[in-house]
Amino acid sequence: MANTAVRPIHKGEGTGKSVHELIESPDFKALVKKRWSVSMTLLALLFVSYYGFILLIAEAKDFVSQKIGEVTTLAIPLGVAAIVAAWALTAFYVVWANKSYDPEVERLKAQLLKR
Amino acid sequence: MTLTGAIQQLVLSQAAPAAAAPMQTSLGSPTFMSILFFFIIVSVTLIITYWAAKKTKTSSEFYAAGRSVSALQNGFALAGDYMSAASFLGISGMCALKGYDGMIYATGWLVGWPALMFLVGEPLRNLGKFTFADVVAFRLQQKPVRIAAAIGGVLTVLTYTIAQMVGAGTLIKLMFGLPYEVAELIVGIVMLAYVLFGGMIATTWVQIIKAGLLLFGVSLLFILVLSNFSFNPGNLYAEVVKQYGQKALEPGGLVTSPLEAVSLGLALMFGLLGLPHILMRFYTVPDAKAARKSVFYATGLIGYFYIIIPIVGFGASVLVGRQFITAIDKGGNMASPLIAELLGGKAFIGFIAAVAFATILAVVAGLTLAGASAYSHDIYVNVLKGGHATEEEQVKAAKMATIFFGIAAVGLGILFKGQNVAYMVGLTFAVAASANFPALLMSIVWKKFTTWGAVWSIIIGTFTSLGMIILSPTVWVDVFKNAAPIIPLKNPAIFSMSAAFLAGWLVSLAKPEADAQAKFEEEKLRTYLGVGAE
Repeated sequence: MANTAVRPIHKGEGTGKSVHELIESPDFKALVKKRWSVSMTLLALLFVSYYGFILLIAEAKDFVSQKIGEVTTLAIPLGVAAIVAAWALTAFYVVWANKSYDPEVERLKAQLLKR
Repeated sequence: MTLTGAIQQLVLSQAAPAAAAPMQTSLGSPTFMSILFFFIIVSVTLIITYWAAKKTKTSSEFYAAGRSVSALQNGFALAGDYMSAASFLGISGMCALKGYDGMIYATGWLVGWPALMFLVGEPLRNLGKFTFADVVAFRLQQKPVRIAAAIGGVLTVLTYTIAQMVGAGTLIKLMFGLPYEVAELIVGIVMLAYVLFGGMIATTWVQIIKAGLLLFGVSLLFILVLSNFSFNPGNLYAEVVKQYGQKALEPGGLVTSPLEAVSLGLALMFGLLGLPHILMRFYTVPDAKAARKSVFYATGLIGYFYIIIPIVGFGASVLVGRQFITAIDKGGNMASPLIAELLGGKAFIGFIAAVAFATILAVVAGLTLAGASAYSHDIYVNVLKGGHATEEEQVKAAKMATIFFGIAAVGLGILFKGQNVAYMVGLTFAVAASANFPALLMSIVWKKFTTWGAVWSIIIGTFTSLGMIILSPTVWVDVFKNAAPIIPLKNPAIFSMSAAFLAGWLVSLAKPEADAQAKFEEEKLRTYLGVGAE
């Protein structure tokens, strides 16, 4: 390719970071930390909703067997809720990543020294 | 008759009042409608395969559809890759026969998807090329890690394939009346045609079509069932209670021991994160953002499916009747086809039977591609050829491995005929959660992870889960017919997965690997920013 040899030089680009500098920069560290704290929080919520549901079924049978309608038991909406909750958590992650994570990734990528 | 004609007929026929059991069924003999729908589905998918074959020249096209699949397409394909005939026919059958327990079972099959998104989805897309072993081996010594990862990968794919093929033979025999061996051969040949000629592009479209047909068919069943109860689930539940007592809406014997329940939950949740045929789909999308979105779509589609399928099962239990369902198949697997026939006539049962067939084809095609890549990409290209193989050599090796795997699938399906393979699915998820997942996660997040840490984590995970399942009630008692199990726990994941993490951790700490640590910066750059991703 012809364009690999010539790289346009913009003013102010001289501050570009090496890989090492970028990885060690507070911004990158903050991004990684934020990414895992968001996903770990969501994973914890997934555990709470799924295992909460399963342990209720196993340990509190009378509670989940109570009728909420003519015959419908509480267990039925709980089961549906466990599924909806799992999906809602993925929705939350996508919204967060699209709004906060991706722009920060673009910003940090721009700081990287062209290689 | 055209497809729309058939659908019209089946929408009209819902006006007919649902007769109470006993009913007549065309199950077990090939009907005109079922054969027609079967040929329509197979013809359309083979035409797509022909089109895909022209676009499948390079290894990236063969394994990863040229990374050109959109997030929504991949969401459908992931759903199509995951929703097996067992979950379609099995969960509705379980709701029909056991009532509420079927719903508990259904929720377990969904919980892995959010975990997949939070833990490995994006890193996998950024770090790998074609297989999950690419990620594990990213900064480690290729040969030992690739060989170990291929063992874990092939074992999970093979056990899952056996479960699918045995189920396929049995179901097709029940629905079409075809001999078991003929059914195995048809599945094997059609599936091989997709994968061999159309690679990942054809497999993706087969999975998208299957997911669409399955969701359409089950949605229609759901509406037809509810139309018999003035669209009020409460009325349906009232009828269930009238016929089978309040117990049918209460949790029964599925979850008894909390330890067992937690362990099963771990296997279902983290097993998904170690299923090679699912992980492989992440390489078909252009970037990490699309990977993330595709999991969101897949979770929505699969969740919707698991929410409506119990209604179909409950509907079958009151409209067809448990007695009649078990008379056709003791396990209840024919609940969905039977309620389809009752409410939609021969056209609808033909459609549902053909969809079940397509379901099996799509899942087995995905498995074959994953099994083939574990050999051709991980072992042949990266171990035997030291990472230097020409495009031509790579595609040829992939196709040879596909043929070999396809023959193995049919052979194993026939070999295991009539065997109790119920434990195979549990085994797949336990091995995936214990052998593949811990090494994958540690390689992404832990700087000090080493080559031998990965190898030992995979080996310990594989053999602990395998050994514990063989000694558990599901194999030791149910298959080997011993009086009592050596290990009472049916689901070993809580122990085998912990053992794999522990092994990876201890071995890595015992002998640090400077090379691997030095490359971690490069890996982080790629994991989080996608710089250098393929």
